[in-house]
Amino acid sequence: MRTTKKLFLVFASISLFYSCKNKNQGAPQVDTSTNMSEQSNENTGQAFIEDDEATPNCLQIAIGSPDHKTLVAAVQAAQVENALVNVGPLTVFAPTDAAFAALPEGTVENLIKPENKEVLANILKYHVTPGNLSTTILTKLPKLGQANNQYVNVEVIDGKPVIGGANIIASVKAGNGIVHVIDKVLLPPSEE
Amino acid sequence: MKNLLKSTLAIVAVLVAFTSCNNGAKSGKNSGALANNVAEKVYVAPGEHDEFYAFISGGFSGQLSVYGLPSGRLFKVIPVFSQDAEKAYGYNEETKPMLNTSHGFVPWDDAHHPDISQTNGVIDGRWVFINGNNTPRIAKIDLSTFETTEIIEIPNSAGNHSSSFVTENTEYVVAGTRFSVPIPQKDMPIKDYKGNFKGSLTFITVDPEHGNMDIKFQLIMPGFDYDLSHPGRGKSHGWFFFSTYNTEEASTLMEVNASQNDKDFIAAVNWKKIEEYVNNGGGTMMPTNYAHNVNDENTHMATSTMKKEVLTVNPLDVPGAVYLMPTPKSPHGCDVDPTGEYIVGSGKLSANLTVHSFTKMLAAIENESFAGDAYGIPIIEFEASLAGVVEQPGLGPLHTEFDDKGNAYTTFFISSEVVKWKVGTWEVLDRQPCYYSVGHLMIPGGNSQKPFGKYVVAMNKITKDRYLPTGPEVTQSAQLYDISGDKMELLLDFPTIGEPHYAAGCPADLIKPRSKKIFNLEDNKHPYAAKSEADTKVVRDGKTVHIYMTTIRSHFAPDNIEGIKVGDKVYFHVTNLEQDYDVPHGISMIGANTSELLIMPGQTETFLWEPKQEGVWPFYCTDFCSALHQEMQGYVRVSAANANTPLKWSLGEDIE
Repeated sequence: MRTTKKLFLVFASISLFYSCKNKNQGAPQVDTSTNMSEQSNENTGQAFIEDDEATPNCLQIAIGSPDHKTLVAAVQAAQVENALVNVGPLTVFAPTDAAFAALPEGTVENLIKPENKEVLANILKYHVTPGNLSTTILTKLPKLGQANNQYVNVEVIDGKPVIGGANIIASVKAGNGIVHVIDKVLLPPSEE
Repeated sequence: MKNLLKSTLAIVAVLVAFTSCNNGAKSGKNSGALANNVAEKVYVAPGEHDEFYAFISGGFSGQLSVYGLPSGRLFKVIPVFSQDAEKAYGYNEETKPMLNTSHGFVPWDDAHHPDISQTNGVIDGRWVFINGNNTPRIAKIDLSTFETTEIIEIPNSAGNHSSSFVTENTEYVVAGTRFSVPIPQKDMPIKDYKGNFKGSLTFITVDPEHGNMDIKFQLIMPGFDYDLSHPGRGKSHGWFFFSTYNTEEASTLMEVNASQNDKDFIAAVNWKKIEEYVNNGGGTMMPTNYAHNVNDENTHMATSTMKKEVLTVNPLDVPGAVYLMPTPKSPHGCDVDPTGEYIVGSGKLSANLTVHSFTKMLAAIENESFAGDAYGIPIIEFEASLAGVVEQPGLGPLHTEFDDKGNAYTTFFISSEVVKWKVGTWEVLDRQPCYYSVGHLMIPGGNSQKPFGKYVVAMNKITKDRYLPTGPEVTQSAQLYDISGDKMELLLDFPTIGEPHYAAGCPADLIKPRSKKIFNLEDNKHPYAAKSEADTKVVRDGKTVHIYMTTIRSHFAPDNIEGIKVGDKVYFHVTNLEQDYDVPHGISMIGANTSELLIMPGQTETFLWEPKQEGVWPFYCTDFCSALHQEMQGYVRVSAANANTPLKWSLGEDIE
């Protein structure tokens, strides 16, 4: 119940925060059929390059993981694939399916609806920070500036970094950074 | 619980619907003329000329490339900080001094930010300046010859990155250090960086007539990293703005340790005030050592002079000259709009753009709205100079250029896009993806009061699958967008040389009429020039031999030479007697440990040959000059070191 309330506040504030911004983000920009420069933003970009030689990037790692089906579905719903495949370097905190399942019933289903794309994208961006940050480095940082422009606090408990209350279960090196598997979904704070 | 969730959903739905306002504007775009075939917009018919020049740096190639817009056709690659075997730059005896430094001959550098000279705040197309990062240097390229004619080394600098931007009358070209270092350099522990290392901002005067550069003064700033800079213009003329990062003054694991402060600074420097201070005898002359290399167009030779001192200025000695404006998260771009009112900071780890107001900055200084100081330099309160924030336009903002209609265009490296926004309302108007990982962008005339807002060129670091693959290293690229309408339109991808790091552009008409066609033979003052075939000769001076040679279609004079000996140092001084447009000649000698020469009409160039074996060795013209190009050849007879073969030469008759 309390989580639900908190979520509500988060959603409300995020939605307000987003009013009239990013209105073109993710949408195809050119729609005249006579225009030869037409570029659909869907399924184009680095995320969709076939490459089985190089070390998998953060997105490919998530897609290949049996424990991140929800995260991958969310990334696809929010169309933020290209945010996870650029040269970065990036540190991605990847909540497990169990972490998503721990959210109030219906939350995920709701978030992946097309109309909630921006809210979902904001939450997902809150799981990404620039830099290739190992757990050792993370223990030295009091907070991280996330890709949605908000901060997440880092605590050190028993010598291990705890990210916004989430424990790091495993870490996987990626071609463009590092993926830390975490046991909790990070929710952006309602105030900056 | 369920009810609450439901109501949450309802409210979220309403709010989300609210966020979709203005999406209706989409319907009107790309209508009418804009819906034309894109190919036509970049097609420049055979024999026609492009509308704009684009000077795109080659980054780690050390060169500057010249393209036409909108076609994206490559016209020339100008060697600046790198040897170029094609043009003999840095290989022939005349241009070797151009690459001299206090560290000796340095045949490579990392060429970053070209900027074109200005008069009264408008691009004048006379020179383009560019910085070498690695061994700090600023070069000047003359846009009448498209050749590098001057390079000045920057002492007390390291990683010369926030360079080489010009003020609105080209009073100064400015070079800021990226790495702070001990000034003067000394042996000391790295861990003692903080408070001891310094950052130099160098102001180089440019002679209004000849463009000759001279270091006027160096401002010795706190030990931050100075990233990019731009001049004030119009109302803010007389100021210069520098973005900084690593205000933490860290020296290790910078990707983490230089990102700890929420805000770094944009340093605002009132150079007019410092200029006045210096003109009145202010500043401290510091012993140093740096090279100043100048090409003389009459002798066709460069000379390198070592300078031994530089005038330094402590910012605390000039009250009111330097202020720091807090700017979030390691700002990279530091871009001034055409009116000179707004300074845009692109915090590269921020999702927002921070815009400072020059007017508010002056008021803050007047009211002393300070939030403290850094090493005695006043820090202006963040809100006091803040004009506005462009909220979440993208990820990883990098550089902003402006059009002539009050719009700004910012590149975002991480989200790989160009975003158009309105100056003053900070509203995002449009966005277009870049393929991929865009760095800087360029609008012709962008760094001036008068941009030509027809095209923007975005320069991408990564292309992966965009072109035919060429092994692990694939081309970097430029992308041309039409920005004449409300919405940007991607017109063209074209490959670039090296790393297309940064660019400057201007209307072709500014440069075209002034482009030199030949060098007048009469004006050739090269000490080894032969201005006619009658002047050709071979002169021995001990083991050194000077060949005064000429070229004209289709022979060398002389073309038979005897009496050269193993162990000689043979200088071929070759003058191109042609006085016809676009008829260079080349020359190369078998076994010469250097490049060919490529000699323009009226010019003299020299290469060194040190023959190691006896025999009869041919040389030939390497530039396809004429119908009888293949006949343009000659022989040199090389005898043993102790032989008595007399020194003789000929053209058209046998050596007896």
